[in-house]
Amino acid sequence: MTGAKNQITAWLLLLPAVVLLAAFTHVPAVMTFINSFYSTPRGTRPAKFKGVDQYANMLADPVFLAALKNNAIYAIGTVPAAIGLSLLMALIVNSSIRGKSLLRMSFFLPTVLPMIAVANIWLFFYTPGYGLIDRVLAPFGFAETNWLGDPSTALGSLMVLAVWKEAGFFMIFYLAALQQISPSLSEAASLEGASRWYFFRRVTFPLLMPTTLFVLINAIINSFRLIDHVIVLTRGGPDNASTLLLYYIYQTGFRFWDTGYAAALTMVLLALLAALAFIQFGVLDRKVHYK
Amino acid sequence: MSGIEIKNLHKRWATFDAVRDVSFTVAPGTLTVLLGPSGCGKSTTLRLIAGLDAATSGQILIGGRDVTTAPPARRGLAMVFQNYALFPHLSVAENILFGLKVRRVPAAERTRRLRKAADILGLGALLERKPSQLSGGQQQRVALGRAIVAEAPICLMDEPLSNLDAQLRHEMRKEIRSIQQSLNMTMVYVTHDQIEAMSLADQVILMRGGSIEQKAAPVDLYLKPATSFAARFIGTPPMNLIALANGKGGAIVKGSQGPALVEGSGDGLLLGLRPEEIRIEREGIVPATIRSIEYHGADSILECAVGDQLLLVRVEGIRRHTVGDTVRLGWLPEAMHIFDEAQSQRVERKVLVRQAEPALRVAT
Repeated sequence: MTGAKNQITAWLLLLPAVVLLAAFTHVPAVMTFINSFYSTPRGTRPAKFKGVDQYANMLADPVFLAALKNNAIYAIGTVPAAIGLSLLMALIVNSSIRGKSLLRMSFFLPTVLPMIAVANIWLFFYTPGYGLIDRVLAPFGFAETNWLGDPSTALGSLMVLAVWKEAGFFMIFYLAALQQISPSLSEAASLEGASRWYFFRRVTFPLLMPTTLFVLINAIINSFRLIDHVIVLTRGGPDNASTLLLYYIYQTGFRFWDTGYAAALTMVLLALLAALAFIQFGVLDRKVHYK
Repeated sequence: MSGIEIKNLHKRWATFDAVRDVSFTVAPGTLTVLLGPSGCGKSTTLRLIAGLDAATSGQILIGGRDVTTAPPARRGLAMVFQNYALFPHLSVAENILFGLKVRRVPAAERTRRLRKAADILGLGALLERKPSQLSGGQQQRVALGRAIVAEAPICLMDEPLSNLDAQLRHEMRKEIRSIQQSLNMTMVYVTHDQIEAMSLADQVILMRGGSIEQKAAPVDLYLKPATSFAARFIGTPPMNLIALANGKGGAIVKGSQGPALVEGSGDGLLLGLRPEEIRIEREGIVPATIRSIEYHGADSILECAVGDQLLLVRVEGIRRHTVGDTVRLGWLPEAMHIFDEAQSQRVERKVLVRQAEPALRVAT
């Protein structure tokens, strides 16, 4: 009797979360999966079952292939850089240097700002001629550069912004992990004559591996997930030089209203992310020391 | 083998002096215990010797060489930390060999030292385990192993047993002492536990408020405490310190009718008596009333009132005393320690208590 009552109470308590999750996550995901096998309904023409046609079309879609390649470059370029930078910043603000609260705050600041605001600030940085970067470089003899308008620099410019924005956030995780490491470990190592680099390589870094794994997965997901700055800075241009996968999905779904194709693209993105996460857990987890 | 010499060591943090003008010598191959309550500066002194903190002033000599400003690794010492400081991601063997790898000791020599340390500590079966898979006592052994393989002439220990249970603490105490003696290490050992200090040390340095209160062999610390603080710190239960007052013919226990125990005035003096030195005797020196009885098995601790002062008396076995009984307490003249209350220093005064007749002492 009380068992049944407990069950009801438990389900009632879970209900709000379950409703929200189901309505905004699970049901849309399943719907997307189903829609990806149908053509896009238009006016009087209802959706028609097309099997895997949408997926087959992708292979011949140059924009999709460009977006895929751009995203791969974007992830490979930003993820290690952001992780390395965040670890470096965490080590700096974890040491006993003067003004470390100020440093902590300034390192963390980009995380607090909304991406749209950040992108607008960087829009000014990148402005050809009178933007910050050109102004700084001009005295050294550099010519005026259209950072965002040139296909060879557009994606790179987005990546620099992404590293700057992400690193501060990951720094917090590293800082928390560093503060879990007992200071007597470094004292014991210094008694043995271990250099700081040796101690970092043999002790600090291995002890930070769980954090690194967590940060790595988040960084990779973010590299596919965050496109606000693409919309503000380049809109994928010029000539799709800075189109990322999610931005292409957004364009396909909400600019061209080809929702069927957008659904198929979404499934590819999801599969890609899932595969990456599984690989990371599967390969790295065994090498990570958990307390 | 090298000894340690500390000269006028001083450590000042931003707002207070953690170590004040501390000087002592540790002879080669001996064990010195830094003893004191928490916050007395004993751990700071140890960290200054290790080089983990920098001295504000003063000098540290190891093996005759001035190492006051030398980095920790150049001081020729090993250290065992209170929390063991084991590397959680490394196996027992890797933990023990960490320092040797840093110092690029050849692999054959590393294996030899590891085997020797594992034999001494009985760690042979655990070498592949991670620290988290070990009990507290085993972790302690690994930390000791790290100190042993370093083969440093000097070993520093910062409260190494405080995280262990009582039984294990006792075993490890004996083990540490035997390792220290068989490897002929010069050891400085920090503890707040007076039993550890008394049972381990060749020399005890009792500290309070950053200064040395007394440095002496355990026996002398017990028999002749230099200050009332030292008197109170050593012994279980600690020495009774009761106030004296001026009386007829000499100093009497405050609030009592006499007799005179010490020549001269009594105001401002404390009489120290160890609970185990006091006997209940028919012909005892002062009358007392039993206030409470605490039974411990092999002995009992009686709380007795003499005048308006309370003192603890340890009696062996089960005695037929009840609360409220009036008894007489006796002790040997040499059991009496006199301290100046304001200065807290030991003072020598002529004692008026007679040496009891041998026959009488047997009768108790």
